[in-house]
Amino acid sequence: MKTKLLTMAAAAAAIAFGTMAAEAKTKACFIYVGPIGDFGWSYQHHQGALEAQKELGGEEQVELAYLESVPEGADAERAIERFARSGCNIIFTTSFGYMDATNAVAKKFADVKFEHATGFKRESPNVSTYNSKFHEGRYVQGIIAAKMSKAGVAGYIASFPIPEVVMGINSFLLGAQSVNPDFKVKVVWANTWFDPGKEADAAKALIDQGVDIITQHTDSTAPMQVAAERGIKAFGQASDMIKFGPETQLTSIVDDWGPYYTKRIKAVIDGNWEQVDVWGGMADGHVVMAPYTNMPDDVKAAAEEAQAKITSGELNPFTGPITKQDGSEWLKDGEVAEDGVLLGLNFYVAGVDDKLPQ
Amino acid sequence: MFEQIIITIATAATPLLIAALGELVVERSGVLNLGVEGMMVMGAVSGFAVALTTGSPWLGVLAAIVVGALFSLLFGFLTLTLVTNQVATGLALTLLGIGLSGMIGESFVGQPGVKLGAIYIPYLTDIPLVGRLFFGQDPIFYLSILLTFGVAWFLFKTRAGLTLRSVGDNHTSAHALGINVIGIRYLAVMFGGACAGLAGGFLSLVYTPQWIENMSAGRGWIALALVVFASWRPWRVLAGAYLFGAVSIGQLHAQALGIGIPSQLLSSLPYLATIVVLVLISRNRRLTLINTPASLGRPFVPDR
Repeated sequence: MKTKLLTMAAAAAAIAFGTMAAEAKTKACFIYVGPIGDFGWSYQHHQGALEAQKELGGEEQVELAYLESVPEGADAERAIERFARSGCNIIFTTSFGYMDATNAVAKKFADVKFEHATGFKRESPNVSTYNSKFHEGRYVQGIIAAKMSKAGVAGYIASFPIPEVVMGINSFLLGAQSVNPDFKVKVVWANTWFDPGKEADAAKALIDQGVDIITQHTDSTAPMQVAAERGIKAFGQASDMIKFGPETQLTSIVDDWGPYYTKRIKAVIDGNWEQVDVWGGMADGHVVMAPYTNMPDDVKAAAEEAQAKITSGELNPFTGPITKQDGSEWLKDGEVAEDGVLLGLNFYVAGVDDKLPQ
Repeated sequence: MFEQIIITIATAATPLLIAALGELVVERSGVLNLGVEGMMVMGAVSGFAVALTTGSPWLGVLAAIVVGALFSLLFGFLTLTLVTNQVATGLALTLLGIGLSGMIGESFVGQPGVKLGAIYIPYLTDIPLVGRLFFGQDPIFYLSILLTFGVAWFLFKTRAGLTLRSVGDNHTSAHALGINVIGIRYLAVMFGGACAGLAGGFLSLVYTPQWIENMSAGRGWIALALVVFASWRPWRVLAGAYLFGAVSIGQLHAQALGIGIPSQLLSSLPYLATIVVLVLISRNRRLTLINTPASLGRPFVPDR
């Protein structure tokens, strides 16, 4: 509650906040792009933070502070800098758009450790980047979608045209095409991470145009509810959304940040924190699939098989032959995409029914 | 499909319309309340909470209205009795509403809500093509249309409406005529709060029946802008809200069709189109001046 009030105060830009950390405690600070009550992206980060605190001995040992709904851009830099000044030992900035702000502040505070989620810039030695291979989960979802869809078209509610999202769309489609080579995906850009009403409208528009599977890369549970209302199937996002569609959710990619946060905060406590660039997938426990529900056994078996293969490293979603949307060749037969290319991905693979906004 | 699209548009437009009508009455009385977003999100959380705990969406709607009105009373007390700055107080109300609703709603996150269902009239709702449009939507949609009639009628056809407008146009003269300026403004502010609360309740009980922090996502600000661009006329507010809704939904369909227009441009279309059209409607400067409440935002301290 106290932190909530602090958030409000910070939002008003009225008061510099700050109970200073007591000497012995380690202070871990989090910047969230949405409210922790979004039951999606920011919610999962916060759950991870709470888990880390619990694992490391509770409030006695680790002090948590967080700011919610921090806009990406100039405001973010102010928020991060305020955290750095207020005695945070490690600061997690949990959205792609905080990349430049995080690096700018990190240069000024060499003693503070910075961890930026989903980015790729590490301009000073006190900045790490971490991300999860959510596209592995989306590949599995694609397989399920192609097996479940009668129309052969899925609707994809996307947020912003950044590599992370483009990668997800491509991976989903590649998974689907591994089952049905003619599978199509319709993409609607909501141009927001979080607006339940707009996300619901996007889902309705897609359903009205004939898709019978909805998947999303925005953060609220609204599309799931719309799918439930219209009697089609859908995939959850970031957390297990089965309560919002008991007969609708096929599965959901659950972001589990707890183990990573525990490891990194512990490294600060132990004094052996080092710069890393982590991109963990199913094998590392970063990407967890919610139970496979509302599907026949053979579909479930196919999904489980794909998940097992990805976890063991036998299967990589981005393995050639893959053709780009414009018809040119991207990956030759058997060739696997490099991580660097994926993290800067800015084109679609063949079969996406959309023009990628640049 | 066509009917379905129109219903989707109506759902998108209804919260904007209701909140904007409330704010219109407030501004016609000479008070500028920028706290619409805050009152809306308070309505959303209380509507959701009451509906979930009692199981009755109607009690939820009632709670949303009451809480919206009570919350606006705080604004009324500060700006009308203590004569604080209306702009600053309104902004503070929004910030307070967003924070407070998040705190109240913390335990409701991740719980499916209770939906206020669409009405069903045997035979009428089943008429092909138009049945669901006219006889099968949610009750608050019909209420919003009635509300537009009601506000237009009240403001321009009744003595009480004339009094309210006179307070908004020149509070000194109105006071000299023996009109209770502060009392009328209190009532107007509370009406605005009730409407914003109802709009919020619509979000958490009809539009997307769940509670998520900050779920109004800027709709209060759009409602505020609609009032100004509609030059304080109820029917133009309705036109603006539906235009905004239609272009919002239309651009999503355009995207899903894959017609290749950049989505960033499409996403900004609702704002552009609504502003352009309403500015064109209101381009007669003389008429616009007549419609603008002359005392809007000016503090009033009665001389004794």
